[in-house]
Amino acid sequence: MLVESVSDSQRDYLRRCRRRDRMVVAVRWGALLFFLGLWELSARLNWIDPFLLSSPSRMALSMASLARTGELFSHIAVTLGETLAGFLLGSLLGLGLAALLWWSPTLSRILDPYLVILNALPKIALGPVLIVWMGSGPQAIIVMSLLVSVVVTLTTVLGGFNEVSREKITLLRSFGATKRQCFCMVVLPGSLPTIVSALKLGIGMSWVGVIVGEFLVSRAGLGYLIVYGGQVFRLDLVMGATAILCILAALMYFFVAYFEKRLRDKRGERP
Amino acid sequence: MEPLLDFQNVSMRYHALSGETNVLEDFSLSISPGEFVALLGPSGCGKSTLLSLAAGLLQPDKGRVLLRGRAITAPPMHMGYMLQRDHLFPWLSVRQNACLGLKVRGILSEKTEKRVDDLLISCGLKDFASAFPQQLSGGMRQRAALVRTLALDPEFLLLDEPFSALDAQTRIYLADEVKGLLGDKRAALLVSHDISECISMADRVVVLSRRPARIKRIVQIDLPGTPRQRRSDPKFREYFDLLWKELDVHVG
Repeated sequence: MLVESVSDSQRDYLRRCRRRDRMVVAVRWGALLFFLGLWELSARLNWIDPFLLSSPSRMALSMASLARTGELFSHIAVTLGETLAGFLLGSLLGLGLAALLWWSPTLSRILDPYLVILNALPKIALGPVLIVWMGSGPQAIIVMSLLVSVVVTLTTVLGGFNEVSREKITLLRSFGATKRQCFCMVVLPGSLPTIVSALKLGIGMSWVGVIVGEFLVSRAGLGYLIVYGGQVFRLDLVMGATAILCILAALMYFFVAYFEKRLRDKRGERP
Repeated sequence: MEPLLDFQNVSMRYHALSGETNVLEDFSLSISPGEFVALLGPSGCGKSTLLSLAAGLLQPDKGRVLLRGRAITAPPMHMGYMLQRDHLFPWLSVRQNACLGLKVRGILSEKTEKRVDDLLISCGLKDFASAFPQQLSGGMRQRAALVRTLALDPEFLLLDEPFSALDAQTRIYLADEVKGLLGDKRAALLVSHDISECISMADRVVVLSRRPARIKRIVQIDLPGTPRQRRSDPKFREYFDLLWKELDVHVG
């Protein structure tokens, strides 16, 4: 039980906790600034070759010049749109297929070796086929992103479905529940935490799929900027676009993590 | 009197690639309305299979399982099934958990919800209705599971070692509570390997053999009072010794 009035030792403890939290955050940002500073300094003093390794200020300048023309934002919008589309489609398809395979264990057994192979196959190898089928446009990129994320989502979610305790299902069946009721009332809500972690994995996979797709076919997007920068030897463009990619991927991840936290709070779970 | 629940020459085998298991062979037992019967037997003797048959979750290979003279083909409406663990859903509040059976049956109404609230009050869970199961103690969780079972107003209960996961004190305390809430009108079929529990709760103890389960002996328990009062009755010891011998406990 929690004590209502706060004792001195508790106050001390809380103060120590806060101090430690602040220290962690400070060192975290400090390390980043130190790294960027060292990089900038090394480039300025020609300890490293700024042509090959670029520098934070060069990256910022090249991104700023792209931003001024508005070009940067249209690249970001293209990549972001493709990723979201690939992620949403991949997740929906993965969830739907997982539900189907849960429903029919026989189908699940039949398809099992194919799923294993599909999981092991580097989906990038399908790139050329996709281009032939769908042309070198955004469709091919979205499908690539979908393919990369769908297998992970499918296998993770199906694992979650099958892990829901048999006895909970028995309990529901003793109330006369149909298979559909069992799915909606136990299996789905019971594996919601697994579904959220599958979504977290799926987001990362969708980014991989989109960037690979853009490497292969595109004329726009951050992946295109990276490839183009590499071809014309503008490393500031390559690294600047990569940095933006880092930030976008992190933002998207935090969004899902926030969603996960809200879900836990709503279910009364302590982290 | 027509029996409420009637096992008639029931046989049951489980099949697996590694071979088959003969769980029940020509098993017969009748339970009268309002009667509390305990099945006492070694673990794995087929006790739980009998409950699954009565719950309509399994169908017998041979013979019949009847409820008021009619074969059980699906889980009966007014039947309560309590499992070893509470299996409360962690994502639902205590009250939502208690309403689960009503929701599945599609009979969630103001009237039935009122019954749930009354049951929560009589089980001392009124203040925890909106709490989540993980905030409750083991005894409270099993009480919440009891409310979930009784919400369907069952005429008979199937109890599959419902107290085995609890500590000794809570177990005795909860036995009193279950008996009190059941009243005299509801029948119950309890499965247990705890001799004291069977004597303290049941009107009749049926001792089963190892697989395939046969009835070794039926002992009528003539003790007054609540389970806790029964435990301190001088005759309790006699019944215990009798059943202990029948159970033929081998250690090792």
